[in-house]
Amino acid sequence: MYKTWWKILAAVLVVYTAIAGLLLGVPRMAILNETIRNLYFHVPMWFAMVVLFTISVFYSVRSLSTQSEADDIRAVESANAGVIFGILGIVTGAVWAKFTWGQFWSFDPKQNFAAISLLLYFAYFVLRNAIDEEQKRAKIAAIYNIFAFPMMVVLLFVLPRLQDSLHPGNGGNPGFNSYDLDSRMRMVFYPACLGWILIGYWVYTLRFRIKTLENKHNTL
Amino acid sequence: MHLAQQVKHLIKKEIILEWRSKYALNGVLLYVVSTVFVCFMSFQIIDKITWNALFWIIMLFASINAIAKSFLQESKGRQLYTYTLVSPIALIIAKTIYNSLLMMILTVIALAFYCLVFEPNKDIDILMYLLAAVLGSLSFSTIFTMVSAIASKTGNGGMLMAILSFPIIIPVLIVLIKFAKNAMDGLDRSVSLDEIGLLALINVMVMTVALLLFPYLWRD
Repeated sequence: MYKTWWKILAAVLVVYTAIAGLLLGVPRMAILNETIRNLYFHVPMWFAMVVLFTISVFYSVRSLSTQSEADDIRAVESANAGVIFGILGIVTGAVWAKFTWGQFWSFDPKQNFAAISLLLYFAYFVLRNAIDEEQKRAKIAAIYNIFAFPMMVVLLFVLPRLQDSLHPGNGGNPGFNSYDLDSRMRMVFYPACLGWILIGYWVYTLRFRIKTLENKHNTL
Repeated sequence: MHLAQQVKHLIKKEIILEWRSKYALNGVLLYVVSTVFVCFMSFQIIDKITWNALFWIIMLFASINAIAKSFLQESKGRQLYTYTLVSPIALIIAKTIYNSLLMMILTVIALAFYCLVFEPNKDIDILMYLLAAVLGSLSFSTIFTMVSAIASKTGNGGMLMAILSFPIIIPVLIVLIKFAKNAMDGLDRSVSLDEIGLLALINVMVMTVALLLFPYLWRD
């Protein structure tokens, strides 16, 4: 493997969180009970997604000034990897919601906003497919990506605070702050976040390298 | 030419062009009036929440139709001519201001007609509702102008316009509907301050990003 150490770290951290997350003790809380363990598997998905989308915007900005093909591929592949994590985040959230709220999808603001922010990126992919000319596609897609990113930030971080939600951390439901009081959970949660972010980054670098090879193969 | 001078001339050009054909104004007015009529025939009587939602849905589609043409309609030759004359910043500012003016006029007329056909709630705070309508038309114009510029570059603009703009406009629409509902219920004005602030913030943000990105988009 190429540049191995952080990949091994990522794998070790994720395996550790899978085992420790299911076995170590957790605080007893009403309603949440044992489902509180979902914190280790659901929340890191969103962190990984936001990190990947940030990488995508960074390379979109760069590709506007450098106009290099590699930057464009980096932007689209990190967006692709980010969408995978977004879908995983929605699915883990929906399974958790089934056992605490009673339904997979109850149109809670947080669920809706997460789905809409994924729609933004689907629109980005549709836009890419609509343009054939490569350089033009790189430029216009980069512009849309940069234009959409602040909206995603509003959707995920601003709007949910203005609306009532059943999601932990909103509307008086126990959330982050009360978990943070418990050092046992912190021992698993922080490694989980780091591990999944690294895994996400790994997925993105792999996709980038495959895509670059494909392009090279096609031009030969 | 100085930037302000260029903007002034471009807005004047847009207004003169519009005044000659009156295409957008009449077309969109007819669209709004006939939609309100269709809604009246099918709903007969509507309750408060539907009243608010229906108004914004009608305005959403009317504004997409009105603004989509701002870049899509321009021929390649005319675009090239403008390109040699003015700076791209002046062009996007002029288009946005012109679209905002057009949308504000349309929204006020549409609101008046809508109130005529469907009787509004008795407690409605009409000044606040008007402010919501004006802020709404402003947000629609800033966002749709930029999206229409992006869509016009792809070649098959009409359909992409809807796909690209819906995920971006949904967060704005959520805030707008909440703000308008507060106004409709005649709640105290201080309740809506958060929404007004957020809408202003989104507009400033979108305008800044559009100003930064448009020069890149325009250069072919």
